[in-house]
Amino acid sequence: MKKGNWVRIYDVVLKSSERSPNLPEDTKNVPLEMWNKGFLLEDGIVGEQVKIQTLTDRIVEGKLLEENPTYTHSFGKFVPEILPIGRQLKEILRGGAEDA
Amino acid sequence: MHKDTSYEAVMNRRGEIMKKSVGIDYTNFELWGVAFDYEQMMRKTGYSLEEVQKIQHSTGVGNTPLLELKNLTALARKFAPKGKGARIFIKDEAANPSGSYKARRASTSVYHAKKKGYKGVIAATSGNYGAAVASQAAIHGLETIVIQECYDSRGIGQPEIVEKARKCEAYGAEVVQLTVGPELFYTFLTTLEETGYFNASLYTPFGIAGVETLGYEIAMDFREREGKDPDAVICTNAGGGNLTGTARGLMKAGAEDTRIIGASVDLSGLHMASDKEFNRKSFTTGHTGFGMPYATWPDRTDVPRSAARPLRYMDEYYLVSQGEVFYMTEALAQIEGLERGPAGNTSLAVAFSLAQEMDQDQTIVVQETEYTGAGKHLQPQLSFARENGIEIFRGNPQEEIPGKNIILPSHPELIKVRPVDLKKMKASYVKNTVKKNDVKKLSTDEKAFIQEEVRLEASKLEEILKGLGVEA
Repeated sequence: MKKGNWVRIYDVVLKSSERSPNLPEDTKNVPLEMWNKGFLLEDGIVGEQVKIQTLTDRIVEGKLLEENPTYTHSFGKFVPEILPIGRQLKEILRGGAEDA
Repeated sequence: MHKDTSYEAVMNRRGEIMKKSVGIDYTNFELWGVAFDYEQMMRKTGYSLEEVQKIQHSTGVGNTPLLELKNLTALARKFAPKGKGARIFIKDEAANPSGSYKARRASTSVYHAKKKGYKGVIAATSGNYGAAVASQAAIHGLETIVIQECYDSRGIGQPEIVEKARKCEAYGAEVVQLTVGPELFYTFLTTLEETGYFNASLYTPFGIAGVETLGYEIAMDFREREGKDPDAVICTNAGGGNLTGTARGLMKAGAEDTRIIGASVDLSGLHMASDKEFNRKSFTTGHTGFGMPYATWPDRTDVPRSAARPLRYMDEYYLVSQGEVFYMTEALAQIEGLERGPAGNTSLAVAFSLAQEMDQDQTIVVQETEYTGAGKHLQPQLSFARENGIEIFRGNPQEEIPGKNIILPSHPELIKVRPVDLKKMKASYVKNTVKKNDVKKLSTDEKAFIQEEVRLEASKLEEILKGLGVEA
């Protein structure tokens, strides 16, 4: 990836052994991880340790993950259990049968 | 010279970092022992209601519509005893620039940061507050960094939190995303120290003063429309700032008789710092995981003394299930034509149930809504829950087990709120105060302070203290 490209990086903030003592076991057993985005300061390849300049012009280091990271969240898979709610409420308000 | 950035060294510098990043010397308000002067703190460091109104007006915050939910009221009356079924109103806070009431909370902090010459602001939040800070900072020309707890150790994030990150970035903020854990505070501190930015904490007097306009507007709008104060105002309760600010605003408007009701989603049994349980909850705020600990120990926040102290104002507190809130979110869209985000509808679910116990000529105001969209909507949130092994079905929501299933009520009649024993919460506050400060004996002034904090009669407080072995 070229210097100046918009990328996403990954870093470990605290290793499992460095974590706060007051944590549930499952959390204590894994590291505290971090993701951030910024402009790549030198050419780099995926998996390499790189430096980025973030939107607030901070220099942050981490492992290079991807360029032009995008949003993939959506409305998910259809949940059919939601469907009867509106029909049932309209039926009740019309004074019809109250059982679904 | 490089500062030591080890976890321990940074945590040891927290007092110094905080003082510099919020510009408040909290020691000025400390009194003898466990006591501090809350009202003095609010006066000396906050802004007056009039100033806040001006600040908010200049950035398009506030003066949101107050809507009557006639169809939901009619629905509630179908199941209420004769003569019962209070009228339900909602304050459409989604109309704020960033899509939630948090714009109020951010407006004063960001204004203050700008006035004091800070170059940027930092907020530690997974939610609407980050978007609000970023939106306000965009208006004032400041930089924003939002630090959010976003993923579990598999790198999987709640769709709602991912959407919030997108929204923050839409306003030009840098978003630092972390895995689960309270050490987010460590990253927060190192970033504050590195940048010298302002800590736009949710819990400073600025933030709470920003919410006071919400309560004030409700009282004023209501009087204009109905010629009286609302009988009850319901606030979704997490860290306590929403309820505290709204209650203070209502009191400033003179609405002394309005009942202040807290509402939270019941997530009991789920550990908030657990990596495995992180994605087994469908609500990231407005739930008992915040509501209970923050009410019973407000100073657990990121500032030495929290301005959010809900037990001072809360008259009643009710819990609802995730399924009930999702159901009411769908109901709001389907019969009121208002498609809004689920988390803000926690208090709506409580209102629907409580209305059935109140007289027809009485009124309830649900004091917020929030924006909705991809990720932040009942459809993706339920879909995500199902993918993470949560069972979703229609049935009796009273049987819901947080982290195991989400039960969408098979009939609206099944929506029934569960009251929380406030006396127990107050006793728990007293216990925390005694334990955390290692108190053996309390002065008269300290006792008076605790009484103000939890609104307990002197004899009741004596009884609790005696039980804890404190000389009183």
